[in-house]
Amino acid sequence: MTNTESTQPYQDKFSLAKFVRSNGTQLGIFGVFITLWLIFIFAAPDTFLASNIYYAFMSTIPFFAIMAMPLTLAVIAGEMDLSFTSIMAMGMIAFILTYDATSSVALAFIAALLMGTVAGFLNGIIVVIFGIPSLVATIGTQFFWRGAVLVLSEGRSGSLGYTRASLLHPVLVGKIGGVFPMQMVWLIIVTIAMWALLNKHRFGSHVFLIGDNENSARLMGINAGRVRIIVFSLIGAISAFAGVIASLYVTYFWPSLGDGYLLRTLASVFLGGTSVFGGAGTIFGTFIGAFIIGAIEAATVAVGLTGFWTQLIYGSIIVLSVIMHSYLRRRLK
Amino acid sequence: MTYRIELKKVSKSFGEVQALKDIDFKLGQNEVVGLLGDNGAGKSTLIKILTGYHQPTSGEIYFNGEQVENLTVPKARKLGVETVYQERALAELQTLWRNIFLGRELSNPLGFMDIKKMKDETHRLMIESMGFTSSAVTPDSPIGTFSGGEKQGVAIVRALYFNADIIILDEPTMGLSLKETRKLLNFVRGIKGAGKSAVFIDHNIFHVYNVADRVIVIDRGMVAGEFNTSDITLDDLMDKMYRIAETGSFNGAVEQEYSQGQQQ
Ligand SMILES: Nc1ncnc2c1ncn2[C@@H]1O[C@H](COP(=O)(O)OP(=O)(O)OP(=O)(O)O)[C@@H](O)[C@H]1O
Ligand SMILES: [Mg+2]
Repeated sequence: MTNTESTQPYQDKFSLAKFVRSNGTQLGIFGVFITLWLIFIFAAPDTFLASNIYYAFMSTIPFFAIMAMPLTLAVIAGEMDLSFTSIMAMGMIAFILTYDATSSVALAFIAALLMGTVAGFLNGIIVVIFGIPSLVATIGTQFFWRGAVLVLSEGRSGSLGYTRASLLHPVLVGKIGGVFPMQMVWLIIVTIAMWALLNKHRFGSHVFLIGDNENSARLMGINAGRVRIIVFSLIGAISAFAGVIASLYVTYFWPSLGDGYLLRTLASVFLGGTSVFGGAGTIFGTFIGAFIIGAIEAATVAVGLTGFWTQLIYGSIIVLSVIMHSYLRRRLK
Repeated sequence: MTYRIELKKVSKSFGEVQALKDIDFKLGQNEVVGLLGDNGAGKSTLIKILTGYHQPTSGEIYFNGEQVENLTVPKARKLGVETVYQERALAELQTLWRNIFLGRELSNPLGFMDIKKMKDETHRLMIESMGFTSSAVTPDSPIGTFSGGEKQGVAIVRALYFNADIIILDEPTMGLSLKETRKLLNFVRGIKGAGKSAVFIDHNIFHVYNVADRVIVIDRGMVAGEFNTSDITLDDLMDKMYRIAETGSFNGAVEQEYSQGQQQ
């Protein structure tokens, strides 16, 4: 107790070994990213050395990458959400109905976000209050909201041309300097916000804790149900936001909006090293994962394979990366 | 004198299982109460009612003389309760500092955490109280690879850090070395000196007899008897414990008292 050293504050001394150990999964995914990128550049230099392809990535990847951020929180908390692609479309139904009623794009936008939040909140309620595993609960709500979209839209698609005149259009999907897509800016904003929430806010601490050991978390007074409901609500709100972005980008609404994003979004999270078992994961990994997933499609075509190869390559990369992450996690302990 | 905690006729059932039946319990100021009883007697269930984790099926809870309805863990903590749970309540994938501050992270009014302060405090506790000397262990180390006793040390230090008025220890010596056990027992005796109170559960009757002012024996969810350690010798207490384990009662005299109590 008379140890004089003891009063010195903790000095986080930098050591390479420690850095590697505590950032193993992030370095792993970053290594995969660089390796694949080099392969793409060698295989298709014309495509991957030109800036066009990167602008293309930055305009299309955010549509699903934005949703992958709050989904990362859910997976860390030991939960799953399969309904967010339907919530994307349901948010747009709220958007269109509100615009039809009020002729206000701003109100329509707010209505979409509210709709998404409510749909996510309901997922949370079903999981927490009724104790249904989220995997099952959100299969149900995925069908439910898609069904609601089809009923309310009567299966029809329609132009959103009126949004071009509003401020919302350039703010969400405009191009800075005529080249840099605004949706990329929003992806960066959502990424930083989710990173801060997960790593710097006590809420994020509780997300890690309930995913790691819910019983411990509850013994120590964490309201696990409340944390879950907030995470699901967050996914709902951000999915509706992504739905508005994706629809305004093409200024068109399809009732099938969101189809095809489910696997890419999930794959981004798992490729990024978030543990399937909960309790561990990073926003940075998901961000890199989303760009790998987004690049694969372009790359398969650019290197001369047919589009039929895309899914096969997605599949192998996901399986290999999950194996790699679980291996790294065991080794670095 | 008001008691720090008082339970009146508290019962707790888990479905068919009645874990506690009509428990009357008091914890005074400056008092260490020991709980003794067989496996499954209901000791942990009792303390989890005090910590707000379990809500009693019936009965009343008083803190400092005032009745508390719907006690929760955060509420109990505000009332000054800190706990070392039998199951330790740690999160193995998380770092040491997150475990120390589990559920009460130091944060500003917006909820953003003061991570540097938490790491500094963790570092200080490691050196001053946990006896971690290996430089491989830092506040950023995940605790999953710690030894059993080290994990127990984390759970204990965490409960003591927050300077609570009421400290509840459910089998805290489990997995501790002789040296660490002695340190802990000295600490529990010191709790009284600092004007605080404690509830101490241990299967080692020597430990309980050594630190407790009063011992409560729980048998099959009921209070089977209470003794002031100053009024009873260790041998007598052990004798009574054997008898209760075998026959369900202490001796003739106590049995009468006990069965009268039941008839009322
Ligand atoms: N959450 C629960 N659900 C159902 N039954 C429970 C639960 N918690 C405890 N019990 C039951 O209540 C009884 C008392 O358990 P408790 O953990 O309080 O015993 P204990 O005195 O702490 O025993 P030990 O010395 O082994 O720790 C046991 O029969 C146990 O099976
Ligand atoms: Mg117990």
